[in-house]
Amino acid sequence: MIEAIKHAPGRIKRALDSDFFWKFRRSPVAVISFAATFLLVMSALFAPLLATMNPFDPASLNLMNGFTPPVTPSAFTGETFLMGADDQGRDVFSTILYGMRISLFVGFAAVTLGLLIGVTLGLISGYFGGWTDTIIMRIADVQLTFPSILVAMLIFGVAKGFTPPEYRDQLAIWVLILSIGLSDWVQFARVVRGATMVEKNKEYVQAARLIGRGAMPIIFRHILPNVLSPVLVIATISLALAIIAEATLSFLGVGAPPTQPSLGTLIRIGQGYLFSGEWWILFFPSVTLLALALSVNLLGDWLRDALNPKLR
Amino acid sequence: MFSFVIRRILQALLVLLVVGLVAFAMFNFIGDPIDNMLGQERTQEDVDRLKERLGLDQPFVVQYAKFLLAAAQGNFGVSYEQGRPVADILAERAPATLELAAVSGVFALTLGIVLGVFTAIRRDGFWANVIMTLSLVGVSLPTFLIGILLIYLFSVELDWLPSFGRGDTVQIGGWSTGLLTTSGLTALILPSITLGLYQMTLIMRLVRSEMLEVMRQDYIRFARARGLSERTVTFRHALKNTMVPVITVTGLQLGSLIAFAIITESVFQWPGMGLLFINAIQFVDIPVMAAYLMMISVMFVAINLIVDILYVAVDPRLRT
Repeated sequence: MIEAIKHAPGRIKRALDSDFFWKFRRSPVAVISFAATFLLVMSALFAPLLATMNPFDPASLNLMNGFTPPVTPSAFTGETFLMGADDQGRDVFSTILYGMRISLFVGFAAVTLGLLIGVTLGLISGYFGGWTDTIIMRIADVQLTFPSILVAMLIFGVAKGFTPPEYRDQLAIWVLILSIGLSDWVQFARVVRGATMVEKNKEYVQAARLIGRGAMPIIFRHILPNVLSPVLVIATISLALAIIAEATLSFLGVGAPPTQPSLGTLIRIGQGYLFSGEWWILFFPSVTLLALALSVNLLGDWLRDALNPKLR
Repeated sequence: MFSFVIRRILQALLVLLVVGLVAFAMFNFIGDPIDNMLGQERTQEDVDRLKERLGLDQPFVVQYAKFLLAAAQGNFGVSYEQGRPVADILAERAPATLELAAVSGVFALTLGIVLGVFTAIRRDGFWANVIMTLSLVGVSLPTFLIGILLIYLFSVELDWLPSFGRGDTVQIGGWSTGLLTTSGLTALILPSITLGLYQMTLIMRLVRSEMLEVMRQDYIRFARARGLSERTVTFRHALKNTMVPVITVTGLQLGSLIAFAIITESVFQWPGMGLLFINAIQFVDIPVMAAYLMMISVMFVAINLIVDILYVAVDPRLRT
């Protein structure tokens, strides 16, 4: 007995033995896209350690380095930059690392916001039904009529109108999170509502109701854990979409300000030098954005297939 | 059928009322019009007089009704930035966006159906696989990167096509068209590919999967058994039956073509409504934003309504 407990596999061992992990190892797309996502997220997290300079610190910039091509030393200062330097002499590699930080932060925060709103409304809508359900789902339908990028732009514009001009640049990141988050809650709400409607008729919920638990504890303690697995899949796919949405808004000039450039802002800046031959200012941020969006997207696709019980 | 149409129309009207409320709220709660119009040295009397003149002293519902009535007559107020009536500015910009959306819609539909049928028939062929893989990458590419890539290839490196603007336009009545001049047509090529590419891949994948589904049906096997040529089977029997979902998706995508035109217009500096909207957001030009919102929602709701009704009209199985 004690022997058996001693040899019971640990948490990590169990995770490594699981079906899920086996499927993961067998799929090259999953391993590669996970590795790429992990690498990109880590390099964004440890940007201050990896970057050669802090692109937000004006003291570290030297205008003489402006427009230095990749790997070749600058004609004036002799400094070398892996991915070249932009118009203000900022190292493109460092701005990408810091830019990716902002892109990922906005992406994660926006998805979290959308997830919180969507899951809560979905649970309430599915559990209570009736009028609450009708109102929530009608709002969702109306919002779904419009492409989410348009909704995000509109919320951004309205929020910009509310913020006093002197704080606009500082608040831009938060407004961005709010607008992208509010534009993608519908997916979460719909899926969670459907799952909740199935779960609420199951015996464990009836039992919980019989022993007199209130509606809120039943919803959040009992039903919520059982409807989470599709949420994970939608969250991953939403993350890719949110990163692209953020980049698009910033590229259009209605997102992250030039003082806190995200990948989209960097591409916007780089587009200005497309015709004058400084290709690296545009090329490297674009490739980074593409790699980030593609790897998260592929990971989400794989996750959807792996967690889909119908495909087992 | 009849009660379905009535119900859908009522729903559509409700959506428009809600959108109108949002637009109205934008006018009312962002910035104080009194503050905008009167200077520092004002008396309470001035404020009251202006309030009465603008109708701001009336109850909320009355103001809202007046707003809707004015909007229905095409009166959206005056742009804060340009100082001209918003309706005039929109009418001036609309042809550019509509031409761009129409051309890219035709591009997406024709190429999407052709490639979809091709990849379905040559399911395991080399080119079909190449096209399918490329389409996967195409879906992940953000629209603005496609635009930049095309500009780099065809304007910077090859110098074949213009990278911005509409080229020369011809005025026909109140409509300025770029379809009648060579420079107008060449200017259309890159933006419409940029805008249509995503829709094209979407239609292609849809046609392909529908075709594969239909090709397995008994009536296709029967048509083959009757000795009909492969061409007749593919186009007369199979393709025809894939058209219902294609119509639906195309219809719904029309709306997003106009919305995504914002991005394309911004990349190519195309003087349409999308560029106007982006500038309005940057300058917090509320009347323009509200008018664009109202206009685009009328368009979206109308398209959704037509698609829903068409869907029932085309597919007899949905009639009850």
